[in-house]
Amino acid sequence: MAKSHKPVVWFPFAAGGTVIAFFIPVIVVLTLMAALGHVPVALGYERMHAFAASGLGKLAIFGVVALSLWSSAHRLRCTCYDFGLRADTLAATVLYIAALAASLSVALSLLKI
Amino acid sequence: MSRRPLVREVPPTTWFFRHPRYLRYMSREITSIFVGAYCVLLVIGLQRLAAGPVAWEGFLLALTSPGSIVFQFLALIAAVYHAATWFNATHKAMPIQIGEDFVPGKVISGAHYVAWAALSAAILHLAGVF
Repeated sequence: MAKSHKPVVWFPFAAGGTVIAFFIPVIVVLTLMAALGHVPVALGYERMHAFAASGLGKLAIFGVVALSLWSSAHRLRCTCYDFGLRADTLAATVLYIAALAASLSVALSLLKI
Repeated sequence: MSRRPLVREVPPTTWFFRHPRYLRYMSREITSIFVGAYCVLLVIGLQRLAAGPVAWEGFLLALTSPGSIVFQFLALIAAVYHAATWFNATHKAMPIQIGEDFVPGKVISGAHYVAWAALSAAILHLAGVF
């Protein structure tokens, strides 16, 4: 059977696409409310910190943000190609490393909380 | 006489203006720019949260700048457009067959929309919005 590294890229991409579809719109609504002066109760420091401090909260935050980042990186790679940037290896390397670094930063932030 | 293969010249940067279908495809592609940028905003927010209450309040204050509000509105439109097109495609990506017949696409996509609405309402409720 032919071996390919594509599933490694593709699974988080598909999972991330689903996570973005289900969670990102409502998260944007929450931060947008805060931006417009109606800070939701859960975005207060105490509540937000308590959520990020719980094991389930850490898992949820890391899952949503890391999968969204990976999916976005993969889609941006395709977008770069579609807009005429043919240096695909370069785009893939830069974007995947950026997604990994950002995910690592999320993990470090969560460990500090 | 030599037979030369047909080579179609495709302009690499303007090809998507050739057909409305390509434009719809590209409009979906562009949402990834806003969603990706918004993810970076979330990463920064988590860094601020880890840095303590003062940093977090500063982050919330920074969100209220006009540029941030405009960006978040665009990100919201992009995220909703991504979600709608993603759910519309679900019955193509995972058709469900029961016996001889396939479950109608509208049912599969519709179930996703219902789940999306329920999940969003639950999160808004848990966040204390209503």
